[in-house]
Amino acid sequence: MVVGAESENLLSRAGRTLTHMKALEAESIHIIREVAAEFEKPVLLYSIGKDSSVLLRLAQKAFFPGKIPFPLLHIDTTYEYPEMIQFRDEYSARIGADLRVGLNDAAVAAGANPYALGTQKCCGLLRTRALVETLAKGGYDAALGGARRDEEKSRAKERVYSFRDAQGQWDPKNQRPELWNLFNGRIDKGESIRVFPLSNWTELDVWLYIHLDQIPIVPLYFAKERPVVLRGETVIPYVDGVKLLPGEAPVMVKCRMRSLGCTPCSGAIRSEADTLPGIIEELIAFRRSERENRVIDHDEEGSMETKKREGYF
Amino acid sequence: MPAVEAGFTIEEFLKRAEERDLLRFSTAGSVDDGKSTLIGRLLYETKGAFEDQIASIKNSKYSRAASGPFDFALLTDGLKAEREQGITIDVAYRFFQTATRKFIIADTPGHEQYTRNMATGASTADLAIILIDARLGVLPQSRRHATISALLGIPHIVVAVNKMDLREWSEEAFRAIEAEFRPFLASLGITAPHFIPISALYGDNIVTRGEQSGWYTGKTLLETLESVPVGRDRTADPFRLPVQIVLRPNQDFRGFAGQIASGTIRRGDPVMVLPSGRTSRVKSIVTYDGNLDEAFAPMSVTIELEDHVDVSRGEMLVGAAAPPHVARTVEARLVWMDEEPLEEGKEYLIKHTTQMARARVVRIAGRLDVVAGRESAAVSLRLNDIGTVVLEANRPLLFDAYRRNRSTGSFVLIDPIRNGTSGAGMIEEPRQTARQRDRTALRDHHVSPVTQAERFVRNGHVPATVVVQGKPDLAMRLERALFELGALVFVRAEPSGDLLAAGALVILCPRQAGAFCVDVPGVKSVEIDPAVLPADPDEAVEAMIARLEHDGVLLKHVSFEPGEGI
Ligand SMILES: Nc1nc2c(ncn2[C@@H]2O[C@H](COP(=O)(O)OP(=O)(O)O)[C@@H](O)[C@H]2O)c(=O)[nH]1
Ligand SMILES: [Mg+2]
Repeated sequence: MVVGAESENLLSRAGRTLTHMKALEAESIHIIREVAAEFEKPVLLYSIGKDSSVLLRLAQKAFFPGKIPFPLLHIDTTYEYPEMIQFRDEYSARIGADLRVGLNDAAVAAGANPYALGTQKCCGLLRTRALVETLAKGGYDAALGGARRDEEKSRAKERVYSFRDAQGQWDPKNQRPELWNLFNGRIDKGESIRVFPLSNWTELDVWLYIHLDQIPIVPLYFAKERPVVLRGETVIPYVDGVKLLPGEAPVMVKCRMRSLGCTPCSGAIRSEADTLPGIIEELIAFRRSERENRVIDHDEEGSMETKKREGYF
Repeated sequence: MPAVEAGFTIEEFLKRAEERDLLRFSTAGSVDDGKSTLIGRLLYETKGAFEDQIASIKNSKYSRAASGPFDFALLTDGLKAEREQGITIDVAYRFFQTATRKFIIADTPGHEQYTRNMATGASTADLAIILIDARLGVLPQSRRHATISALLGIPHIVVAVNKMDLREWSEEAFRAIEAEFRPFLASLGITAPHFIPISALYGDNIVTRGEQSGWYTGKTLLETLESVPVGRDRTADPFRLPVQIVLRPNQDFRGFAGQIASGTIRRGDPVMVLPSGRTSRVKSIVTYDGNLDEAFAPMSVTIELEDHVDVSRGEMLVGAAAPPHVARTVEARLVWMDEEPLEEGKEYLIKHTTQMARARVVRIAGRLDVVAGRESAAVSLRLNDIGTVVLEANRPLLFDAYRRNRSTGSFVLIDPIRNGTSGAGMIEEPRQTARQRDRTALRDHHVSPVTQAERFVRNGHVPATVVVQGKPDLAMRLERALFELGALVFVRAEPSGDLLAAGALVILCPRQAGAFCVDVPGVKSVEIDPAVLPADPDEAVEAMIARLEHDGVLLKHVSFEPGEGI
């Protein structure tokens, strides 16, 4: 029962490789499907940013022609740009996703803000605590996030499946070895796993993919004349919630956001890039790391690592 | 506004960027060999090249003089503990790209106690850079790294002899190290290593050619990284798709989603489902970006089959021509990663492809002396030990030997109480004795030592009824022809449950259509309408056989050796 044609086919089938984008896509889809298959109650942490947008598209791809079998969770600090919230609601409705919103009611009610508390503490309450509590309350055992290893030095060592104890904390000294594409999602009650399917993507990969796949993103990423406050080297878009310091006045500047966050704490950059190729062109000319414009990471040497130990996403 | 320089338009850049492939490599060396410096240097120089958009980085403006001995290690050493101790303590992943490739570096620490991290970094690598300090030469640690790289099946090995500046770029010194290390590598099966003299600190032969090593005519490190083929080409290997999840968005769609571990699949191809052994054909290859005519490793796809076969997570779609081994007992090389030692009799969870099962340590066959490359008897494996063990799972594993297939040949062991990942295993090719060991399965009444799949492959077909209505002569000819092909085949007056259970093909020849109900669950039924057959009896038999092949009753297998799993 030997069939000759078969082996001929096999030979002519040899010699194919995927482009790096397709290889990364395949790897990420594999990870997302593992999570859906192995966890009882996963959730996708949707920050509305470009990485989240890619993650969301990959999740759509993973379960096509079905829908994403878990909800999206946005942690609302109440300081987001209005364009972000509008985009979030429209886009998740368009793709038929189940969007949940979590926030730290107590801290919001108490009027938590970065001016009074400092960025560290404000972020700790409105982001980290809100996330840890929402995850615990929702009983989510896995949370998919769009973090990348190239973002920051301490992230470079994080696993794809990142174990968190019952308090949501990360222990960099006690990470599970992760070999091949075999992920260990075993946890006890109350513990959870943060999963980072974009671990091996760089910022350039993300933009390239958004471009190739024509993924919709928040308009704030594209350059436009916007009212801003210039604070030292930092360009802060002037919107509700941004307080002027003595001597400051808003001015119009053509700028865009490299990464999205809260209005008081994310800086814009001066830019002419109002198309995806324009953004990519600009990106390849940058030497500075992306998070340079996020005010919070500068507060303390290694502050990202400190925040992550405490449960920051 | 930043411009794209050197004559590249952004459109050209995007086109090239889109076509880049992906190479994963790991780095290993002892403490202070200069690993962090080397990686920092690679990141720094390629970033410069990248930024300027030059097609070839040969003329990089970051010459030795311009950059000077800057501490490049600062670019890479990430965690607080590391900054405080000044050492690398965990696997870190770094990224850079050139005009043709994106690279993922798994930067693994050099301490002996971190063997597990080395193995982690090596597990997905297409290439390993083993660093040797030119002043110190080949150290036990160098041998350890080579052994682990070989064990984890890294296809390409680069030996970078660093700090050549401190040996006055002596060719003799370099050649002496090469002469000492090459035979050891050969003994591990590494037959074509690339030896490169470098200075990580000053940047010679990393991206730019060193001025003081005129005697070295080989490629620079980056040229080597850019030119080796990516991984081993898995697209020509037998087809394997471990099913991750079954997608059933509606009544009409049932798709088996997973990442192709090896091989290529086309629409219409026959596939076998293991461990059930049922066969069918690929109805469609579904992706969000449209259906595909063919897909290959390592794509993530969703496959619809022509027949309604039950498939669940942990099962595997395979090419029926060359199925994997199916056995509960496996022999494997194991890297132990847990503070608690591995001992005979202990139970773990085994995660293998998309399957999670329980596994008992039947035997520790030996522990490897990684420096000498020899194995000796052992009763336990401790943290960072590497040994050979025999494991018995509570369910059949569908596997290939690791050296043939890194995806279906690898597994991790998980501690069932503490949930940590305790060990990483690489399955060996089953030996003749595998069957004897599998006899232990007989003690377990729930699992037969012979799987359905094994029966199917031996017979060359799945059990089925073949109805050849009103043509007893053709039925007899078909029986003869199938028998000669090695089939277990009988012409009977009526369906026989026992024969079908034994895996036989039962040819029925009723006088009228619909004479009996031949709808036995799990058994295929092929009804042949004699009216559509050629008049010539030989041609008619050929046509019937073709039909049986098309319907997935006859498997196109090549050969089968008893005792070799399937
Ligand atoms: N002279 C010289 N020194 C080097 C070279 N590469 C690294 N070093 C130095 O060796 C020391 C250890 O380097 P490091 O990169 O931290 O080693 P690691 O422990 O392997 O990461 C540092 O002081 C480096 O500056 C080299 O090519 N030449
Ligand atoms: Mg180091």
